[in-house]
Amino acid sequence: MPVELVEKMLTGDQRALARLVSAVERQSAEVPEIMQHVTPLLGRAYCVGITGPPGAGKSTLTDRLIAHARQQGETVGIIAVDPTSPFSGGAILGDRIRMQQHYLDAGVYIRSMASRGHHGGLSHAAKGVIKLLDAFGKDLILVETVGVGQTELDVVAAADTTVLILVPESGDAIQTIKAGIMEIADLFVINKADRDGAERLQRDLQMMLHVRHASDGWCPPVLSTQAHQDLGIVELYEAITTHRRKLSETGQLTTRRRQNRRQELLDLLQQQLLAALTAQFENGETHSGLLAQVEEGTVDPYTAVQQMLVESGGLWR
Amino acid sequence: MTTVQRIRVLIAKPGLDGHDRGAKVLALALRDAGIEVIYTGLRQQPEQIAAAAIQEDVDVVGLSCLSGAHNVLFPRVVELLKEQGAEDVLVVGGGTIPEHDIPGLQANGVQALFGPGSSIADIVDYIREHAPQRS
Ligand code: B12
Ligand SMILES: Nc1nc2c(ncn2[C@@H]2O[C@H](COP(=O)(O)OP(=O)(O)OP(=O)(O)O)[C@@H](O)[C@H]2O)c(=O)[nH]1
Ligand SMILES: [Mg+2]
Repeated sequence: MPVELVEKMLTGDQRALARLVSAVERQSAEVPEIMQHVTPLLGRAYCVGITGPPGAGKSTLTDRLIAHARQQGETVGIIAVDPTSPFSGGAILGDRIRMQQHYLDAGVYIRSMASRGHHGGLSHAAKGVIKLLDAFGKDLILVETVGVGQTELDVVAAADTTVLILVPESGDAIQTIKAGIMEIADLFVINKADRDGAERLQRDLQMMLHVRHASDGWCPPVLSTQAHQDLGIVELYEAITTHRRKLSETGQLTTRRRQNRRQELLDLLQQQLLAALTAQFENGETHSGLLAQVEEGTVDPYTAVQQMLVESGGLWR
Repeated sequence: MTTVQRIRVLIAKPGLDGHDRGAKVLALALRDAGIEVIYTGLRQQPEQIAAAAIQEDVDVVGLSCLSGAHNVLFPRVVELLKEQGAEDVLVVGGGTIPEHDIPGLQANGVQALFGPGSSIADIVDYIREHAPQRS
């Protein structure tokens, strides 16, 4: 069944693609088989991450970038992530509303995803879905994160180029930033530049970022846009292209992708190992006495974990 | 692997009216019931709604119309979904739907209709119970 669906997807069938995305999203047991079939086809698409605080204009900018990329003849896939309610597990996925002009364009596939309890700004499934879009033949993949703060960095490990969208009001926050996305984004955009404070923020950022220049030979440009008026979009698109070219020419694209794949493996291993061990544990299949002792406070959790890892096939070292 | 199943619903407003209160109230209630809701915005053509439903692979499409054009717009969405192989999607509707239009709409594949004054809790329950189980 998964093989047929993959083959159908490869003929350009959007519904087959959509079904496969759902399989990845629900962590179906068929995912490894699906991935085996798409892996030989990967690496063609270029993936751009779009991140920034809530309401900064990420979806609006994404919408305009799609339009521009389409004019250049590129096909585009979009993954737009919005937060899952921690209370109900439900979500309202509204990013798509800003992209209405593309609903009927067969060269554009938009998929809304809920973060489903994942805290890094994307969902667990995002990287798998990027692979599907790549195999499907999209030239450009845009990944919009949930509205984030500084420490949600998932997108950096998923994208080739990461764009951080800020607004003039972000100025104060930036003064106090010590670590996080500011250190690692490839391009900075001050959207809503129609508002006061945009120029000052641009200057401050440029000064801050100049210091970063030395480390990887790339001084992140700071652009300004007014997404709702379609201003600055061409410049942003070109800055992405320049960054892409620079990554390719220096071999950094290959290095980045290698690192990202490695990270993906480790994340997946961590997630599934934890899930498997926890399930065994909570079903009482293993270590049931131990759990009771930890709950009683007669055995400490450090010793308990050591014992569990030893018993789970000698994972303790 | 542990499989995670979650109902996905597209809430769409076909037609030209701007009455979005009902759609928004319903979207929030569905979210609070643990459902993932994709909202496509106002004034959508049936073609746009069907395309979004296919791309998002939703289990349910909920149509909201207070302009009086439901008899044309709702069946058209059902038809487009069928054409694109998504006949298993549950289609429901609401808004200013007079009682006497309901049988005709149901005959055309809109499986349940909820007019003004319907209880939101009933709608949520209906969707939860009737959303197709898909593998
Ligand atoms: C509030 C309102 C407005 C507000 C809308 C604000 C907004 N953003 O939504 C404003 C003032 C802007 C407005 C304007 C107009 N309105 Co008005 N408006 C109403 C009013 C009084 C209430 C609608 C409402 O919000 N109800 C509360 C919500 C929660 O109820 P609901 O939408 O019906 O939803 C319920 C169910 O229908 C169902 N449901 C709804 N959607 C869905 C979807 C799914 C999937 C499901 C399962 C269920 C479901 O569940 C909800 C819970 O019970 C109605 C009259 C009425 N009593 O219905 C007229 C009414 C809808 N308006 C009407 C008209 C004519 C207009 C105007 C054209 C008036 C004018 N001449 O200028 C304009 C057009 C505006 C536009 N751009 O389209 C007419 C429509 C006539 C028709 N259908 O033939 C009505 C029926 C009044 C009347 N009796 O004439 N309006
Ligand atoms: N003034 C002004 N408003 C803008 C600009 N760009 C976008 N907006 C508006 O900002 C609001 C939020 O835009 P979105 O694109 O939804 O922002 P977002 O970052 O995707 O929001 P979340 O996904 O909810 O975090 C919308 O009302 C846009 O119309 C701009 O350049 N100037
Ligand atoms: Mg958004």
